[in-house]
Amino acid sequence: MKKPGYYEVEVGKVTLGELINDPAFGGGLRDGRKLKAVIPGGSSAKVFKAGEKFKLKRKGADGQMTAIEVDLLDLPYDFDSLAQAGSMSGSGAIIVMDDSTDIIEALSNIAEFYAHESCGQCTPCREGSLWMAKALHRLTHGHGRKQDADYLLNIAQNIQGRTICAFGEACAWPVLSFVKKFKDEFEARGAADEAHNAVRSAGPTQEMRPIAKSAALT
Amino acid sequence: MPAATTTETKPSPPPVEKIRIRVGGREIKVPKLMPDWQGKPQPTTMLQACALAGIEVPHYCYHPKLPVAGNCRMCLVEFGLPMMGPDRKPVLNEDGTTKIAKQVLPYEPTTVRGAIACATPISPGMEIYPGSPATKQMRESVLEFLLINHPLDCPICDQAGECKLQEYSVDYGLSASRFVEAKVHKPKAVDLGPRIVLDDERCILCSRCVRFTKDIVGDDALGFVNRGSYSTLTHFPGKPFNNNYTLNTVDICPVGALTSKDFRFQMRVWFLKGTKSLCTSCGTGCNIVIGSREEKIYRYEPRQNDAVNSCWMCDAGRLNYKWVNRGDRLTEVLKAEQKSCLPGQAGRLSYSKTTWTAALNEISDKLSKAPAGSAAIVASARRRRQPFGERRQKSELGRGAFDWHRSESDGLEFVEDHRRHSPRQHQDVDCLWRRRDEARHRR
Ligand code: SF4
Ligand code: SF4
Ligand code: FES
Repeated sequence: MKKPGYYEVEVGKVTLGELINDPAFGGGLRDGRKLKAVIPGGSSAKVFKAGEKFKLKRKGADGQMTAIEVDLLDLPYDFDSLAQAGSMSGSGAIIVMDDSTDIIEALSNIAEFYAHESCGQCTPCREGSLWMAKALHRLTHGHGRKQDADYLLNIAQNIQGRTICAFGEACAWPVLSFVKKFKDEFEARGAADEAHNAVRSAGPTQEMRPIAKSAALT
Repeated sequence: MPAATTTETKPSPPPVEKIRIRVGGREIKVPKLMPDWQGKPQPTTMLQACALAGIEVPHYCYHPKLPVAGNCRMCLVEFGLPMMGPDRKPVLNEDGTTKIAKQVLPYEPTTVRGAIACATPISPGMEIYPGSPATKQMRESVLEFLLINHPLDCPICDQAGECKLQEYSVDYGLSASRFVEAKVHKPKAVDLGPRIVLDDERCILCSRCVRFTKDIVGDDALGFVNRGSYSTLTHFPGKPFNNNYTLNTVDICPVGALTSKDFRFQMRVWFLKGTKSLCTSCGTGCNIVIGSREEKIYRYEPRQNDAVNSCWMCDAGRLNYKWVNRGDRLTEVLKAEQKSCLPGQAGRLSYSKTTWTAALNEISDKLSKAPAGSAAIVASARRRRQPFGERRQKSELGRGAFDWHRSESDGLEFVEDHRRHSPRQHQDVDCLWRRRDEARHRR
């Protein structure tokens, strides 16, 4: 972004695109960059992928509900529209990622934060948040596997809705949305690591060795 | 601990209000209120309702005699509620039955939203699905989470054989682990206090032990430090976990995290024979199960009796089993007599062999010959001193009539007092079958 900062807007009066590109707000992406993803409401909100289209329900003038299709950048920034688009306005902290962002690094960073923040009271969040963070640490440090995308999705799926507080969703949603929407990137990274490690160790590494203690988030 | 029930006549209890629910497809009527951990009537929980239907909901943190924590999530069950129309009236199926809305995640209506059975009250028309695939999947996932950082050292773990992790793994465990990361490491063999050793890596952070010592004993001695997966059970620095009830935490710990210094590494639990009994160490008479193998006792465990000891017992009584196996116990009937050379002074004890018949005859003889108004006490020589002392005061028996330091001897003590008739002398102490070894052992 050219102009990151704090802005006060009236709910529903501006779209995500305006917030990103309007000179009164973000002022557009840095020169030569393309939009890759937007997290609309704090890091726990589900990510939007550039180019996504959403079906929103709108009450017409005749009082009837109609479905309209809107582009990511035309999405009005209000509670209901964001919820209908599958995410949330959450804390209102909009994180914009351009094509220079490594989406796996970004998710790894978020997951590490949530593993650190988990209070540890209930099982799914306590164990799952660190598990995901460790798997992502692996993926960003050359020890990924092709199956890690599904591995991560499954762990996150086992956390959401099963915890005492909403932190379970908070740590599961970024993983669920990032991996679902950028699955090709996660799988490609895992496959590349596998191929690379296969050459290096000149043997099958289908069975992932536990990563060395120094490299892990122990 | 609950007081013993009285025999006073009470007004007949009001009729129990019942709720109709379905558990696993079967309709049952369950009381609207059921006793909580303190015995107070509270809205019946799903877990209690399932138990009434004969279905056990797996659980770790829930314990019927402890406040509910709801942190392990093992008891998650799929459930449904009567569907309500906009007019707040139940929506009906075509056949006239109430339509049930299975509960789903509000943001993902294709995914089941479970409720923790240990803390969720039932409501009329509720349907609980304790055996459904979704319920099973939730249990599998919670168990997997509990096991990823677990050391899985069952072969050297004292809990093996009575471990809830092992038991539920049989039912809901995955045969192979898919966890390829490095495990979290935590303190091992932590000395929590004089009787307890903790293995923090085995702890599943259910907080049963924390709640027990805080809410039952009233000694807020244990707690968790650190956060997330690194959460660690510990005691306060410089304050050992040493109240007289610590060993109960070993019983209620669902895994092998808390172990008894006395019992650990002594015997595999599956070799132990359980015999129901009573603890003989004091007048409370806690109900116990004796664990023995080949005529040797290895441990006492409390046995639930809500009128006496609930689910607990004290450490002193629990460790007193060692008495039974001691080599210096009496094997024959002996009579101990105090032979005083000078009137009014205690003399040495001398022992003579006798028989049960002779001893009992002698006691009954003395009792029947006792002058009116005198008092006598027949007591276990292993009695606690305090209740004995109170009785002494009531009966006005002289202090000199007692030997206070024998509370760990075997046998029976018979004490008479002839004070009334010869106030200053002739106090007569007879001890029958006293242990020869007079070693004092303060508890
Ligand atoms: S606590 Fe249970 S599962 Fe863990 S090592 Fe001991 S017996 Fe095995
Ligand atoms: S030590 Fe045992 S009882 Fe205490 S929190 Fe850990 S698993 Fe639960
Ligand atoms: S038994 Fe632990 S959450 Fe219900």
